[in-house]
Amino acid sequence: MSSQQQLPPLVEPGADLTVDEIERYSRHLIIPEVGMTGQRRLKNARVLVIGAGGLGSPALLYLAAAGVGTIGIVDDDVVDTSNLQRQVIHGVDDVGRLKAESARDAVARLNPLVDVVLHVVRLDSTNALDIFSGYDLILDGTDNFATRYLVNDAAAILGKPYVWGSIYRFDGQISVFWDKYGPNYRDLYPEAPPPGSVPSCAEGGVLGMLPASVGSVMVTEAIKLITGTGETLLGRLMIYDSLAMRWREVRVRKDPDAEPITHLVDYEAFCGILPADAADAADSAAISVRELAGMLEARGRGDDDFELIDVREPGEYEIVNIPGSVLVPKAKIIDGDALARFSGRKLVFHCKSGARSAEALAVAQRAGFDSAVHVDGGVAAWVEEIEPAKPSY
Amino acid sequence: MTDRAMSAASSPGDVAGTGSETGTGQSVSVVLPPVLAALAGDRKLLRLPVPDMTTVAAVLDLLGRDNPVLDRRIRDETRAVRRHVNLFVEGEDVRDLDGVSTEIRPGQELFIIQSVAGG
Repeated sequence: MSSQQQLPPLVEPGADLTVDEIERYSRHLIIPEVGMTGQRRLKNARVLVIGAGGLGSPALLYLAAAGVGTIGIVDDDVVDTSNLQRQVIHGVDDVGRLKAESARDAVARLNPLVDVVLHVVRLDSTNALDIFSGYDLILDGTDNFATRYLVNDAAAILGKPYVWGSIYRFDGQISVFWDKYGPNYRDLYPEAPPPGSVPSCAEGGVLGMLPASVGSVMVTEAIKLITGTGETLLGRLMIYDSLAMRWREVRVRKDPDAEPITHLVDYEAFCGILPADAADAADSAAISVRELAGMLEARGRGDDDFELIDVREPGEYEIVNIPGSVLVPKAKIIDGDALARFSGRKLVFHCKSGARSAEALAVAQRAGFDSAVHVDGGVAAWVEEIEPAKPSY
Repeated sequence: MTDRAMSAASSPGDVAGTGSETGTGQSVSVVLPPVLAALAGDRKLLRLPVPDMTTVAAVLDLLGRDNPVLDRRIRDETRAVRRHVNLFVEGEDVRDLDGVSTEIRPGQELFIIQSVAGG
């Protein structure tokens, strides 16, 4: 694994350090591999962090503490109470604020010498190249496949390196992609999984301290790239299993058959965010939570007959569920035979907010459940309108 | 089983320990990522008996015999490995070797990963 070519430092050294900076960064300055020159490279560096969430939280804090001169933050989301279990850059007082602004304030408290630039937008094909062009290096901590392919392609087109980290429950994956000098994300994963086959953090959960492990490695790679120190993860993928507490490493090579990346595409279509038939199904066969409440009452009296199927994950069902529902996680429906036992029944699907139930509905309609419907707004709407004493998540 | 299975999911270089722990020298270890382990009874490590030198495709056939849904997640209808799943024999991507025709022998490990996007 030691065959990697030595990469040149990404950033030229900036101005001499001030007395205050020398004191602040002294523990870096006395490491020969960083030293005064390396710290001046960090001071001159412009790093863009995409997502001020799980991975973005530790990444932003460590980049700031290390003395990266300019940090850009791309995020248009607001802080939610359920973020605080892992997104340690935000606090209770930040709930409801823009994550980008909350993160900017936290960086300023930690290191006022850092210049923070906010991009309060959703990254898309119209703005990615423009935003990226102002930075030396990008850290990808987004939470969806479409944005990850967009980040890869924009970085490749501009010849810029980026550090990629991705998490799921107890596991993480990290690599460095730099199309100019080695493999890119498409060489590792040419295609995204079918929509819905991998639960997101919101659906599948994530161990709160997992982002710290993965995010700190991402920053380590960023610092090495900027200063030209050590051996980066370009051409290697690290795989972290926190339950077994084991790191594994595999090689990533350029795919000789891959098409060169020359332009941005429609990433939602590429990743199939919500299949078209699911979108159609969602539009044509949705009921409100009030209608569902009426149907459940009628069923209790024996005046209606249907099966209410909750397609979320078991952990979500445990937090809150609609009385009278049965749990059949969506993956089991999409994979095939979970609906067979309901043959001939009228089916009503629901999930947390309506996206997964629409996908399940489309599968059911294709399987001949013509009268199937799904619940608009899911259990979130149910709690809001029907049983407000129950928890939301 | 889980504890022992996880402790036996050794690094690519640690081949000797893999087969000897269970006394089944004639098996390959298949290590699954968590997203796929859920489709194999929550097992991250499976030991599949093989007669002798075999291929990755034959190991996948064996894996799919008891875990058809898992098989569908790893391979498509044409039996090609899905593009968001990667297979490694002793740490080497089979796409850089002979694909699913890559040879694998008892005592070796088939390590499977798949793309996730959480952040």
